[in-house]
Amino acid sequence: MKTSALLTALLLGAASTGLLAADVNDVQGHYRAQGAGPFQSERGKSLWNSRPYEGRQCADCHGPDLTRSGQHQRTKKTIEPMAHSVNASRYTDLKEVEKWFTRNCKSTWNRECTAQEKGDLLEYLKQL
Amino acid sequence: MKNWIIGGLLAAIGITAAFLAVGSPYENEYGWRGPYDYRYARHREDVVPVQSAAYQEECGSCHFAYQPGLLPVASWQRIMDGLANHFGENAELDKETAGELRAYLVANAADRVGTGRSPGIANSLRGSAPLRITETTYFRRHHHEIPARMVKDNPEIGSFSRCDACHTGAAQGNYDEHGVRIPGYGHWED
Repeated sequence: MKTSALLTALLLGAASTGLLAADVNDVQGHYRAQGAGPFQSERGKSLWNSRPYEGRQCADCHGPDLTRSGQHQRTKKTIEPMAHSVNASRYTDLKEVEKWFTRNCKSTWNRECTAQEKGDLLEYLKQL
Repeated sequence: MKNWIIGGLLAAIGITAAFLAVGSPYENEYGWRGPYDYRYARHREDVVPVQSAAYQEECGSCHFAYQPGLLPVASWQRIMDGLANHFGENAELDKETAGELRAYLVANAADRVGTGRSPGIANSLRGSAPLRITETTYFRRHHHEIPARMVKDNPEIGSFSRCDACHTGAAQGNYDEHGVRIPGYGHWED
């Protein structure tokens, strides 16, 4: 009894600090906690399709149909689908989501994305 | 007295049977291939396969997870120092993970392991520390006969960096030419 109460408290603590994210809404909650929001799918979509840096675009690797697999432009490695409807497990680990936002925002746009942009992008991927 | 002999024999048979069924640790690790190709059983693979789940996951999600024994310590240090611009991509990792991967790579680098092709790769470099396996003298010596149309200009491959596109045993650390199947061309023999 005591153990489970302690465990619950620990889990709640972890969730509130953003270490645990059960689904994409929790991940967005993390960005909301940083002052971002509300999130708009349209803004996410235009960001996804933008090509401001060295001619690169998300679709170059993720492919034109986000409900299907993409292929890394250079290594040709398969990239699992991005659409939340077919691959919700992508968005259950905040640390993982953050890692890819950092890498890919820098690789594609040569800068980090803001909390607002990340939330918008997730909102777009949620609609697909 | 007789019982002793029978008991001993039975025990010996039992142990042998168990040994054959499960295999000795040596056979398990090296893969039993039968006495006819004993030479390969001795050298189980050309390069020690990847043994770090973190490395496989973090690096293997974007490209073939190159075995640490394919480059020397100095090369891996340069690669880990430059993840912010990793062959034109950002491949940054959190400090903890990066430290773990660096330690794994360094401990198992070509100049740290004494088996298979690793010492040959390390010795071919004479102190240089290339970022690309394809730039090592050892690699070039073994691939120079392959025409561009088969790999670089082959739409199914595109680059020599994709070891596993042709080396069917690459993930297991096997780079023997008998395991080579070039997409669109098939076997390759020197």
